Amino acid sequence: MTRLNSAAELEQLRASILSSRDPAKPCIAVCAGAACHGLDSSRVASAFQTEVGKLGADAGIEVRVTGCHGFCAKGPSVVVDPEGICYFEVKPEDVPEIIACTLKKEVVERLVYAHPGTGEKAVYIGEVPFYKHQTRLLIGDNTRIDPMRIDDYLALGGYGALAKALFQMTPDQVLDEVKKANLRGRGGGGFPAGLKWETAKNAPGKDKYVIVNAHEGEPGAFMDRALFTGNPHKVLEGLIIGAYAIGSHRGFIYTRHDAPQLIQHIEQALAQAQEYGLLGENILGSGFDFRVEVHYDVGIFVSGESSALMRSIEGLPPEPRPKYIRTSVAGIWDQPSNLNNVETWANVPQIISRGAQWYAGIGTAGSKGTKLVSLSGNVVNSGVVEVPMGTPLRTIVYDIGGGIPNGKAAKAVHFGGPMGGSIPANLIDAPLDFDELSRLGAPIGAGGLLVMDEDTDMVDVARYFLEFLTKESCGKCVPCREGMRQTLKVLTNITKGKGREGDIARLEDLNEVTGAACLCALGRTASDPLKSMLRYFKDEYETQIARGSEGKVAKVAGSAAT
Amino acid sequence: MDSANIDQIIEKHRGKSGDLIHVLMEIQHENHWLPRDVLHQVAAALDIPFSRVLRIATLYKTFSLTPKGRNEVHVCTGISCHLRGADKLMDAVERATGIKPGETDADWRFSLESGSCLGSCSIGPEIIVNGTHHARMTPAKVEDVLKEYQ
Repeated sequence: MTRLNSAAELEQLRASILSSRDPAKPCIAVCAGAACHGLDSSRVASAFQTEVGKLGADAGIEVRVTGCHGFCAKGPSVVVDPEGICYFEVKPEDVPEIIACTLKKEVVERLVYAHPGTGEKAVYIGEVPFYKHQTRLLIGDNTRIDPMRIDDYLALGGYGALAKALFQMTPDQVLDEVKKANLRGRGGGGFPAGLKWETAKNAPGKDKYVIVNAHEGEPGAFMDRALFTGNPHKVLEGLIIGAYAIGSHRGFIYTRHDAPQLIQHIEQALAQAQEYGLLGENILGSGFDFRVEVHYDVGIFVSGESSALMRSIEGLPPEPRPKYIRTSVAGIWDQPSNLNNVETWANVPQIISRGAQWYAGIGTAGSKGTKLVSLSGNVVNSGVVEVPMGTPLRTIVYDIGGGIPNGKAAKAVHFGGPMGGSIPANLIDAPLDFDELSRLGAPIGAGGLLVMDEDTDMVDVARYFLEFLTKESCGKCVPCREGMRQTLKVLTNITKGKGREGDIARLEDLNEVTGAACLCALGRTASDPLKSMLRYFKDEYETQIARGSEGKVAKVAGSAAT
Repeated sequence: MDSANIDQIIEKHRGKSGDLIHVLMEIQHENHWLPRDVLHQVAAALDIPFSRVLRIATLYKTFSLTPKGRNEVHVCTGISCHLRGADKLMDAVERATGIKPGETDADWRFSLESGSCLGSCSIGPEIIVNGTHHARMTPAKVEDVLKEYQ
């Protein structure tokens, strides 16, 4: 690899990569995302490599091990390009047939998608119901990229946005573009990224930092991992552009220690970008310097909170601090530190290359662009979904998700994990929109969408989330530590049939205090799921409490009789 | 315990007090637990008080201050696995191993952990043994899976 010293050299390299590739040559993309990996896709991948290896160097077929394709429920997933033929639930023994058919330009009928109800088949990625209702601007490239090879990203136009930002735009123009696009933070708050960048840019301080929050500790959320593991350079390019706009020369990636594949891909991406001169000193000969280091969470949920995360980068215990002064003004080592989520950074390159106007044309009035959603729970087609903001939840759950398994009815959809909320199935026509869903009590959060069927016990779900957060509370502030413990006690009693009259009022009291008095978002929003349950499913709570008191009466009566 | 590897990890970070979490993480990955004398060694090498090392070592759930069994079994209890019956799966794993989450059996064969979501929600409920995912588990399959790990 040679170092690139100008935008022209980057374009030359891109041209030479493209000229060495035949776009008509069949390429078999084997998914190695988290779910497919768990379904033994590595055996499928090595079977492909062995079989194609047997054909010799001029086999006329290429094998690519890629990140998550999206349709996790039907893994291991294989996509044959350039046609985009999708094979699902592929086993190592299917490999010779797929290769033989691909060389003959035929399709292996038995491995394509068949609708579980009608039996109707779908061969191409644009026809499979799971994919055809999506707009895959961010995750769509995953099937075309081996995350360990920067050339694959460059072949798709990668780092073109960085070159444009560095050579055709001033930092202020970059910032303006992101503000005009109205890119809102994908990590949970939905705060406008441009405003945050501007705060960090204008804050006094010699050193400024930019951070990728790849912690993704929210149970039921796996889209950031899918995006970052499958296309690490997209996130990195966004980060470098942001650093240029803000005037930062040092960046951090904060991720979990228990995602070995993600860590490997990040490290490889950083090393390859460095070798090409896309990272480090004098990037592409522009005079802009930027370096990135990786830090890890070692198993504590609250370390994904921005101020806690920054303490952790300093090597201190990850405890949140009050945010009277924002971290974008005083963050790591009290310097201005701009933190954005993986998906937020990944949106930046396309905003720069295609323009704010194009970007703002997608989505709703207040929420622009597409959103990645981790679809799981009681749903037929679980996986990573990307749709334009404003898409009705019904489209996600039924058209893409294929509805509820085992012929059951939906009861609720839940967004945002333990700090989110549930809305009943009759509100399923609500649009995927930051403000609209917050208003309904199910804020998007990071984008974990959980479908719950008619058998779900809503008291147990609230209890479950609270138990999770009680274990994860850092214990620094009393309302969080003690408030959640008491709430959990009441809820546990209800689920055990020991509910008492007045429990609902007690829960509402506790919700009010923790919601107002806790130090950080973990405690303040811990009561959100319960609040949404009491808003929409209060009768279920009342019934369980009543059953509790009745149960007690019956027991007493029973024991008196014996 | 391979103390040469641990010494090597500690040497790599000598004098860098900000690297505390990194050092402990690397030792945990290598050795599967953090012996007290190693923590003293870390404190001396990074030139920080032992109490601060202990604070970090006891705060993070991944760090273990007791030795682990030969096989680390992790039952995912994330919300998606929970909705798909992780509780029953956990019961079956507890029965098969004879231990509860956080415990190690007397033969050092298994350590059991319940744990947060690992992002493989589409294929849950699952158990992870020594890093290998066993997807779409049912209580009935537990014995067969664990048999492979002696």
